[in-house]
Amino acid sequence: MTRKWIFWLPLIVTVGLFFTFLIALIRPSDRAIESQLVGQQLPAFEAPAAMADQPGTRSQDYADGKPRLLNVFASWCGPCVAEIPVLLQLQAMGVEINGVAIHDRPEDLAGFFAQNGNPYARVGLDQGGRAQMSFGSAGVPETFIIDGQGRVVDQHIGVITEEDIPDILAKLRGS
Amino acid sequence: MIAEFGMAALWIAAALALLQFAFGTLSLRGRGVHYSNAVAPIAVAQAALCGIAFLSLVAVFMRSDMSVLLVATNSHSAKPWLYKFAGTWGNHEGSMLLWVAILGVAGATVALFERSLRADTKIATLTAQAAIALGFYVFLLFASNPFARIAGVIEGQGLNPLLQDPGLAFHPPTLYIGYVGMSAAFSFAIGALITRDVTPNFARAMRPWILGAWIFLTIGITAGSYWAYYELGWGGWWFWDPVENASLMPWLAATALLHSVTVLATRDALRTWTIMLSCVAFSMSMVGTFLVRSGILTSVHSFAVDPKRGIFILALLAIYICGALILFALRVGTVAEGKRFESVSREGLLVINNLLLSVILVVVMVGTLYPLVLEAFTGQKISVGAPFYNSTAGPLALALVGFMAAGPLLRWRHDEVRQLFQRLAVPIGVAAATLIGLILFAGDVPPLPLLGLVVAAGVAVASLAPLWKRNLRRTPLFTWGMVLAHLGCAVSIAGMASDSAFMKELLVPMRVGETQNVGPFRVTFEGIKQVPGPNYDALQATLRAEKTNGDGFILKPALHRFSTPPMVTNEAGIRTFWNGQLYLVVGDERPGNVWVMRMWWKPFITLIWLGGILIAFGGTLSLIGRVRRDGLGRRTKGL
Amino acid sequence: MRFILAVVLLCVAQPVLAQDYAEESLPDPKQEEQAIALMDTLRCVVCQGQPISGSNADLARDMRRLVRERIEAGESPDAVRNWLVNRYGQWISLKPSMNEQTAPLWIIPLLALAGAGALYSRRAKRKGR
Repeated sequence: MTRKWIFWLPLIVTVGLFFTFLIALIRPSDRAIESQLVGQQLPAFEAPAAMADQPGTRSQDYADGKPRLLNVFASWCGPCVAEIPVLLQLQAMGVEINGVAIHDRPEDLAGFFAQNGNPYARVGLDQGGRAQMSFGSAGVPETFIIDGQGRVVDQHIGVITEEDIPDILAKLRGS
Repeated sequence: MIAEFGMAALWIAAALALLQFAFGTLSLRGRGVHYSNAVAPIAVAQAALCGIAFLSLVAVFMRSDMSVLLVATNSHSAKPWLYKFAGTWGNHEGSMLLWVAILGVAGATVALFERSLRADTKIATLTAQAAIALGFYVFLLFASNPFARIAGVIEGQGLNPLLQDPGLAFHPPTLYIGYVGMSAAFSFAIGALITRDVTPNFARAMRPWILGAWIFLTIGITAGSYWAYYELGWGGWWFWDPVENASLMPWLAATALLHSVTVLATRDALRTWTIMLSCVAFSMSMVGTFLVRSGILTSVHSFAVDPKRGIFILALLAIYICGALILFALRVGTVAEGKRFESVSREGLLVINNLLLSVILVVVMVGTLYPLVLEAFTGQKISVGAPFYNSTAGPLALALVGFMAAGPLLRWRHDEVRQLFQRLAVPIGVAAATLIGLILFAGDVPPLPLLGLVVAAGVAVASLAPLWKRNLRRTPLFTWGMVLAHLGCAVSIAGMASDSAFMKELLVPMRVGETQNVGPFRVTFEGIKQVPGPNYDALQATLRAEKTNGDGFILKPALHRFSTPPMVTNEAGIRTFWNGQLYLVVGDERPGNVWVMRMWWKPFITLIWLGGILIAFGGTLSLIGRVRRDGLGRRTKGL
Repeated sequence: MRFILAVVLLCVAQPVLAQDYAEESLPDPKQEEQAIALMDTLRCVVCQGQPISGSNADLARDMRRLVRERIEAGESPDAVRNWLVNRYGQWISLKPSMNEQTAPLWIIPLLALAGAGALYSRRAKRKGR
């Protein structure tokens, strides 16, 4: 009879759980899987040229003192189309953007660029998602901000919008 | 019109639930007989109206009335009628309506047929039932109206192709019946707590409900597992996916409850524990529904619901579950503790069964919810999958099954260890023989499957032992039920262990005309062609399989390409033999007319679901036996 | 005529194209077994709750290829798992590692087991008395 407190235990556990559920509901998990490479050196990768008139991109391109964006995209990805005008704006501001196209074909990419414009300095073809996996990228579009030493400063998951431009510029400059 | 009619019926049903709750409360406060007499008829009327509301929704779906928002967003006029029908509950609002409709029917059944319960406990039970229903009516009417209209829609958006499967069409209702059955058991427990009537008699009244709910949960889980197996096209049958766990947790609690209520009914022990378990089982089924519906657990099966609704349901659940637990904590001290037990006795082992089941429940719960907790408080994302459960719940489950073999061979009250081992001599012998046989002939079997096979063999024999030297015709139905259900556990475990120990897999690119070996079969790829389906295009392969000595047969696995919404599903080609299944899937196309074929030979895998069916069938026999002997229909003498 | 054509085609056709281990077993059954065991415990990043061994998603395919290629090259399953964890975080591994953050996963079941034992011994009568 003195052990009555034990009967309150289920209630306490339940209240705790419900509190957690509440937090999970109010602040739902973003579901985005962030790359663990942020703050680290960009790992070795190689994405051969996708277009006849543009070079591909590989890890050696990134430690030459100039900060860049590394954009993971695909011609078959709807949201990537929405992002291109913003990338073109960034390009006009003097930001160098390299693209890695996932599961793509040169002819599809050519059509994609003809229709939407080409904001990239280099476009690499990533067959089999090898480069994507070495970045820890989980989908398209994703953009990595790389500093002049080839370190990953930040990762932007999803479409870049105009509101993101100042932040991206600041991070590029700060690096 | 039909939609408005359904809406009206729903409102009236809600009003009746309120009335039922109010009259029940008044009657329990001793405000007179006319209140208590009205409760049961109101419960029946409420069920009827809620049923009408649900049927109206079914009618709206069958007629593809696209002016109803729910139909427009979840159905398509070109769908086969079965999926239009199933589409009724293949969405949030419809499934909630189905939920309360079943709840209403359960309440009406209690009102009409329950006679062995004390009159005031019955009123209290119906009052609790009304309180639960009321919350869901409010939720339906104010936060998820299934009958809302929309203008200007001509064609619907279709149903997720993965869900377009005859088995899956009836999967949710099966689980819901199970969940709602648990809510009936919960109402009984609350009723008994309110009237302080936790007695063997009450346990006997509650038992058929637990059994019934448990049977449906068993069928639901078994069917869900088979669905994942043949529909997802990778040969897996259990992923420890959060949604699967959400259906497993109530089952574990219900299984424990089923056994503890038997102890209460037979020996008047485990009173508080049984009440506690009813609350847990109900909470598990509610939380399970919530987790699936709210989409806060990422899973293949869940669809996101807007957070407002999620918070509404959460608040509702918090009121019920916390309310029940507060009542429990306050009242349980006044429920006299049941009798103590001896450790070597049937009830002693039933207690061990209950405790082990509870620990397994805790393991599954921690594994499912801890990532959620961690992320909510630290933002850290982790995943908990098969390796965790296999290494924790696996050994516990095997231990549990071991005790399960011994339990029925012990007498109630008091028994001797030595006699137990005498009765277990044959099963232990069989298990030892299996072990030796496997080590000698089966080669390299990993430890857990090996142990699984050995335990399964021993337990299968032991589970039949209660029939030994008995007149089989005179053996009561519920004993048969127990024997079959326990045998089912052994059979199921044998299937799982055999699959993980002996499965053969081959993923290989093939051209038409090529042949590959998988397990005992030679499989030849004979061709592939387009076949139009009702609302998809199928790409169907023809594969000829033959055993080295026997006749060949044709399997036709296919890819189904749906357009609304766009999606590709695998239809496995499966051939069942007495000793296993050959499972073929068409995979990727490669340039040059090469197709990747995924082939599995899965020895004795069917035992997994056969075991599930046996368990459910055993449960059904038990239910019939119990109802006949002490259940709904007959008034206990002297009352 | 058709027969001749078939023969000609068979002769012309190269031995099956370059290997693509996304959907193809490794030639060495021991390695394939290791690869499958590993793939069963890696979570598909774009699916929900499934391991990469049971998903049709492109990224799951890519990871299967990666796993098989690395295992074939002689890497240990743990090394491959770490490679992925270093990029995608603990989330990708369905086998939670043991550290302070995951400790409750193991401690709570142990506590439950201990609690169950305590409950049992409290309510059970001593045999024989």
